[in-house]
Amino acid sequence: MPWDAFPSALDLARFQFAFTVVWHFLFPAFTIGLASYLAVLEGLWLATGRALFIETFRWWLRVFAVAFAMGVVSGIVMSYQFGTNWSVLSDRAGPVIGPLLGYEVLTAFFLEAGFLGVMLFGLNRVGKGLHFAATCCVAIGTLMSTFWIIAANSWMHTPTGHDVAPDGRFLPLDWWAIIFNPSFPYRFLHVVSAAYLTTAFIVGAVGAWHLLRDRANRHARLMFSMAMWMALVVAPAQVVIGDLHGLNTLEHQPQKVAAMEGHWEERRAEAPMILFAMPNMAEERNDLELGIPGLGSLILGHSWEAEIRGLKSFPPDERPTNVPLVFWSFRAMVGIGMLMVALGIAAFVMRLRGRLYDTPWLHRFALAMGPSGLIAVTAGWIVTEAGRQPYTVYGLLRTADSVSPIAAPAVATSLAMFVAVYFVVFGAGIWLLLRLMAAAPHPAQEGPSEGEPIRTAGITPAPSLPHGQVTQPGPAE
Amino acid sequence: MDLDLPLIWALLLATAVFLYVAMDGFDLGVGILFPRLDRGEERDVAVNSIAPVWDGNETWLVLGGGGLLAVFPLAYAIVLPALYMPLIVMLLALIFRGVAFEMRFRQDTEAGKRNWDNGFWLGSTVAAFSQGVALGAFVQGIAVEGRGYAGGWWDWLTPFSVLTGVALVAGYGLLGATWLLWKTEGALHEKARGQARRLGGTTLAFIATVSLVMPFLQPAFADRWFGFPHLLFAWVVPVAVVALAVVLFRFLAAAPPQGARTSLLWRDAIPFGAALGLFLLCYIGLGISMWPMIVPPAITIWDAAAPPSTQRFLLAGAAVLVPLILVYTGFVYWIFRGKVRAGEGYHH
Repeated sequence: MPWDAFPSALDLARFQFAFTVVWHFLFPAFTIGLASYLAVLEGLWLATGRALFIETFRWWLRVFAVAFAMGVVSGIVMSYQFGTNWSVLSDRAGPVIGPLLGYEVLTAFFLEAGFLGVMLFGLNRVGKGLHFAATCCVAIGTLMSTFWIIAANSWMHTPTGHDVAPDGRFLPLDWWAIIFNPSFPYRFLHVVSAAYLTTAFIVGAVGAWHLLRDRANRHARLMFSMAMWMALVVAPAQVVIGDLHGLNTLEHQPQKVAAMEGHWEERRAEAPMILFAMPNMAEERNDLELGIPGLGSLILGHSWEAEIRGLKSFPPDERPTNVPLVFWSFRAMVGIGMLMVALGIAAFVMRLRGRLYDTPWLHRFALAMGPSGLIAVTAGWIVTEAGRQPYTVYGLLRTADSVSPIAAPAVATSLAMFVAVYFVVFGAGIWLLLRLMAAAPHPAQEGPSEGEPIRTAGITPAPSLPHGQVTQPGPAE
Repeated sequence: MDLDLPLIWALLLATAVFLYVAMDGFDLGVGILFPRLDRGEERDVAVNSIAPVWDGNETWLVLGGGGLLAVFPLAYAIVLPALYMPLIVMLLALIFRGVAFEMRFRQDTEAGKRNWDNGFWLGSTVAAFSQGVALGAFVQGIAVEGRGYAGGWWDWLTPFSVLTGVALVAGYGLLGATWLLWKTEGALHEKARGQARRLGGTTLAFIATVSLVMPFLQPAFADRWFGFPHLLFAWVVPVAVVALAVVLFRFLAAAPPQGARTSLLWRDAIPFGAALGLFLLCYIGLGISMWPMIVPPAITIWDAAAPPSTQRFLLAGAAVLVPLILVYTGFVYWIFRGKVRAGEGYHH
C-alpha cells in the first residue's frame, strides 16, 4: 500500500472502517456468547433452585452490562459509516443490504435494548419467570442480530439473487437467494461458534484466575467446568466448520484461498501445505518457505491429487491487495484454534482423573488463553475481508469505486478522532471489565438481594414482588 | 394493490426519527442538565430514571439510519457525506454518553466519578448540538451532482446551523427537565421545575427565531407558509405552539396541591407532554416546509426511493414488527413506571 505519500481518502476510509469494526466486534464477540451463558445460568437456577447459579449469574451480569454498552455505542458508528465513508456502495447496494440491516434493527436491536433494561434493573420489579424471559429475549436478540449482519456480509462475498441495473445499482430479485446466499450457512455457523468460543475462553480464564487464588471457590469451579465443557465440544466442531467454510471459499473466492495458503504457482497435484513463508508480492513468490509436501492438496481438495490454483493464475488486479496480511492472519487464527482444541482435551483428561480444580498448570494455560477467542475472531475477520479485496461486492463492485466523495483531510480528521476516543473510552472500559472480572465471586453477590423489600413509589400500584415473596411493600411516606 | 411505497416509507421513517428525538431527547436532556444537579444522590437518581430505557431509545436512531439506507439509499448516500463532520462528532459524543452510564457508577474515587459525570454531560450536550447542526445544515440545502454529494467538508457550518444546534440543546434540556419533574420528587423535583421554566422560555424564543429565519432560506419555504392557499392551513401550527406554551407554563407555575395523590403522577407528566407537543409541532412545521423533498432543495422521496421489491420486502416485516416493538417498549416503560427514588437501581 502506498503509505509513503500522504494516504489517499480511500486508504484512510478503509483503515477507519477496519479500525472501527474490529473494535466494535470485540464486544459482540463476547456478549453474544455471554448472553446465552447468562440465560443458561438463570435457567439452571430456576430448574434447580441452587443459589450458586443465580450468584454466578449476577456476577457475570455486571460484566455483561459494561461489555454490552460498549458494543451498542460502537455499533451505532457502523450503521452510519456506510453512508459517511462508503456512499457509492450505499447508493448501489443499499437496496439489497439495507433491508437486511433494517431487519437486524427490527428483530434484534429493539429486542435486546428493550429487555436489557429489565434484565439489568428488573430483578426486583418483575417475577422470576418474566425476568428469565427478558434474559432469553436478549440472548435470542444477539443471535438474530448475528443472522442478519452475516447475511448482509455474506451477500457481499457471494452475491446472488439480484440483477445489476444499467447505472450500476443492485436490484433485488429473490430475497431467499439473497439471504441464504452460497457462503451464508458456513459463515453464520463459523461466527456463532467463534462467539461461543470467545466467551467460553474468557469465562474459563476468569474461573482459572480465581481457582489459582482459591481452588475451593465454588463459583470459580462452576465457571471453569462449564467453560472447559464448551471448549471440548465447540473447539473441534469449529475446526470442522472452518474446514467446510474454507472449501466454500475455495469454490467462490479461489484467490483468497491461494493467499491464505501462500500459493503463487498452479499445482496439478500434491501441493504442499505451507507452514511458514514470507509472501513476496513484488516478485510473486514466497521467501523462506517451509511446507509439508502434499498436505495442501489433501486439506483443500480432500485428496492427494487435488489441483490448487495459485495467485499467478489470476490477473494482478483480481488478487488480494495484501497477501502477507491474509497469509499470516490465517495462520494466527488456525494456530489459536489448535490451542483451543488442546486446552479442551487437556481439561477433559484432568477431569477424568478428578483433578480439574487442582491442576495449576492447566489453570495457567486457561488463563493465558483468555483473550484467544478475541484474537482469533479478529484474525479471521482480517482473513476474510482483506482476502476479498479489491472488491466490496465480490466480482462486481470494487472497493476503489465504493468510497464517498470526501476529501482526504476530512477522513484523516475523523480517523484521528475515532482513534483518540476509542482508546480513551474503550481503554477505560476494558480496564473496568478486567477489574470486575478480577473481583472474586462470593455467595453474598452484589445486586439486589432476594429478601429485600422493594421500595416502590406510593403513587403507583405495587409492582410484582421480588421472587414471589409475599410481603406487602411499605406504605408511601 | 397499488401503494405509494415511497410515501408510506417517508411517513414511517419520519415517525421513527421523531420517536428518536422524543425519547433520546429527554435522555440527552438529563445529561445536558447534569452540571445543575448536585453530585451524588441527585445525579444518581437522574441517571437511574433513564438507565433502563436509554438503550431502546437510542435504537430508533439506528432504525433511522438503517431504514434510510434500505428504502432511500440515494438520500442516505448524499446526506451522510454532506453532514460528515457533525454526524461523526455526534457518534463519538454518543459513545461517551452511553459508556458513562456504566462507568460513573463503577468508580472508586471521587475524581474518577467526576470525570465520567463530565463525560456524560459533555457527550449529551455535544450529541444534541451536532444533531441540531446536522438538522440546520440539512434544511438549508445540500449541493448534489449526479448521484453524489458535490459540496465541501465545511458546507455544514453556517450561522443558521449553529443556531439550530444551540436551539436543540435548549429544547432537549427542556425535555430532560420536564422528564425529571415527572419522574422524581423532593428537591430534585423542584429544581427540575425551575430549570423547565427557564428552558421553556429559551426554547420558545429559539422556535420563534428559527421559524422567522426559515422562510428566507429558500423561496419554496416562504411559499409554503405565506403563499395562498397554504396559508389557510399553515397558521394552525404557530397557533398550536402558543396554546401548548400556555399549558406548559400553567403546569410549571406552582407546586401541585397536596392531597390529590392519585392524580399526581399524571399532573406531573403534563409539562413533559406539552414539551413533546412543542417538538411535534416544530417537526410538523419542518415537514410542511420540506415536503416532498428528502434532500433539499431538489431530490424528492420518489427520486431517492429504492426499487419497489426492496421497499415491499422491508415493509412486510415493519408492518408487523414496529407495532410489536411499540407494545413491548411500552411494557418496559410500564415496568419502570412511577417516581425514581434514591438507592434504586442495581448499582449497589
